[in-house]
Amino acid sequence: MTTARSLALRVKNFDQIVLLVAPALFLVVMLFLYPFLFGLILSFSTHGGTGLGNYERFFTTAFQRETIWTTLWISLPATVINIALALPVAFVTRRHRFQRILTTILVIPITLGTVLIADGLLIYLGPQGWLNRLLLLAHLSASPVRLTHNYWGVFLSLVLSGFPFAYLLLLSYLTGIDPALPQAAATLGASPWRQFIHVYLPLLIPGLAIAFCLSFVQAFSVFPSAVLLGAPAGPTRVISIAAYQAAFEDYDYPMASAIAMIMAGVQLLVVVLVLASRSLFYRGPATEAKG
Amino acid sequence: MSPALPNAERQTPSAKQIKSVDERRTQIFQQLRLDRVSRKFGSAVALSGLDLTIQAGEFIALLGPSGCGKSTALNCVAGLLPLTAGSIWLDQQRIDQLAPERRGFGMVFQNYALFPHLTVRRNVAFGLVMRGVPKKEIRRRVDAVLELVQLQAHADKLPGRLSGGQQQRVAIARAIVIEPPLVLMDEPLSNLDAKLRLEMRAEIKRIHRDLQRTTIYVTHDQDEALSLADRIVVLNEGRTLQIGSPEELYSRPANLQVARFMGYRNIFELGLEQFKENRVVLTGSDICLEGIAREPLTTRRPVAVIRPDDFLVGAPEMSTGSLNMRNVICGQAEIVEYCGRDYLVDVLTSSGLLLHVRTPRRVVAGERLRLEVPTERVLVFFPE
Repeated sequence: MTTARSLALRVKNFDQIVLLVAPALFLVVMLFLYPFLFGLILSFSTHGGTGLGNYERFFTTAFQRETIWTTLWISLPATVINIALALPVAFVTRRHRFQRILTTILVIPITLGTVLIADGLLIYLGPQGWLNRLLLLAHLSASPVRLTHNYWGVFLSLVLSGFPFAYLLLLSYLTGIDPALPQAAATLGASPWRQFIHVYLPLLIPGLAIAFCLSFVQAFSVFPSAVLLGAPAGPTRVISIAAYQAAFEDYDYPMASAIAMIMAGVQLLVVVLVLASRSLFYRGPATEAKG
Repeated sequence: MSPALPNAERQTPSAKQIKSVDERRTQIFQQLRLDRVSRKFGSAVALSGLDLTIQAGEFIALLGPSGCGKSTALNCVAGLLPLTAGSIWLDQQRIDQLAPERRGFGMVFQNYALFPHLTVRRNVAFGLVMRGVPKKEIRRRVDAVLELVQLQAHADKLPGRLSGGQQQRVAIARAIVIEPPLVLMDEPLSNLDAKLRLEMRAEIKRIHRDLQRTTIYVTHDQDEALSLADRIVVLNEGRTLQIGSPEELYSRPANLQVARFMGYRNIFELGLEQFKENRVVLTGSDICLEGIAREPLTTRRPVAVIRPDDFLVGAPEMSTGSLNMRNVICGQAEIVEYCGRDYLVDVLTSSGLLLHVRTPRRVVAGERLRLEVPTERVLVFFPE
């Protein structure tokens, strides 16, 4: 009796505004959680029944297994280069007069999308492209430099499309650092370089870690540029291509799901490693805790 | 976009450069001279032509309302803001072109600007590390200065774990541990509550007395300036209004703006009656005041200023009905605020003039009062 009454009371006290979350929750469940769980379950179904067969097949086939290294070999250096480029650029432009214009120019690649970038690079870097013509004209190279349909094409496209993202993230982290801190360091005798090393860098570590993770996840799931600019049959056969082939060439959905899960696992591993290494550094706010 | 050459040069501090900073630190200077120091932001003038000569060991307060240019002046001295005109000299050396890290001045920032990722000890040691001081000496000097500001117990905490007053003391310790020739303080007490502010004020006074470091102190609080400084520079809208000792400013303000800032709360326009040397007699509808002119006589309307505590308060005498007795004002107590040691009373005269009076005499609201003010306590200005 009492439990029924308390339940009734609970229903009566239920804040109905919470129901407004329902449509969003529904979308998240249907668009993310459901496909994920569906894929996870599907990845365990083999021809014989259920089990780890698909995973076993992936890791025992060198042709498949090596896509992990291929992808890491492209995405990790591209991410490192992106962050390494974005940090000084963000640093220099953070209080620049033309910062808004610069930001706009640097952010354009995001709006273009990977396919357009790939297309542009194909023409620009191709054997008949501007770059090679210039190199030949200046006698810097005897024959056209091959920058497309190989590792470098994919790499460059990842740098181009990933840079603005890393730049924007780091810019916001940088502008969040109280400008009085480097000023204080300066009055204490720190040169601009030492201000960077002793004040900016330690306070930027959390931002660098987050920017690295997000850039890496983007780069790791590279697909369009690996197909368009790379050599999808060989050196740039990334893991997403393996998943695509399993799904749409072999019509082996369980295998494709397994590859997708492995992909997620590798990404998760790298992200966890990077975020865990943050704990070695200061992680608090980049401004005074109190006024 | 890329740093200019002198910048690139600074990026690798050679042993020689560090030495040059350290030499300047130990070298005792005679005077710091600001020569027509000006700073514009776009077309807005933040500071126009500040002339100031500071002797070694002096405590100078820059006083003024917000936006008067006092912080701008401090940042110019620190090297955080380039000048648009003028120059700054440390004895014979011109320093306004030097980068802040090569001036070697200690600065205490308004929000303290402690490095949040470093412990108290490492915050304080920062300037010594930058100077390449040996580790053992750093430890000794940091310990000494932490003892001076009574923070030994908190040496290994991060600044975020400290209270406002403790953070403030870390900021002071960090600035003075490098033994700078000049300490700059930018409203260091403005973020503290009233009680802590008084304590820290005494602390700053004590540190200055013990170390005799030349100090420039920026504040908008005249009490702070009066209690701390040897000399006060009053600024308004980028212009210097008066430079003088606290006593001078308090009893002989140079103009109406300074008077207003030094707590002359009773300000009223009156008619000019007589003028003899610097003695002026002014009259209103029911008052007649004799005072001292602080400015040369002009055709402009005279203004009398009186501080609330300069009135002698008594009961009205029935016999002397003369309303226009010199320097005697009669009125009724309107609002009485009890302040512990004394009363703050708003007195309304029959002509509707409202006077602010501070008196130890017990006053009840509605009471009739007779106010008397000595001639030398009535200051007369002729403002534009």
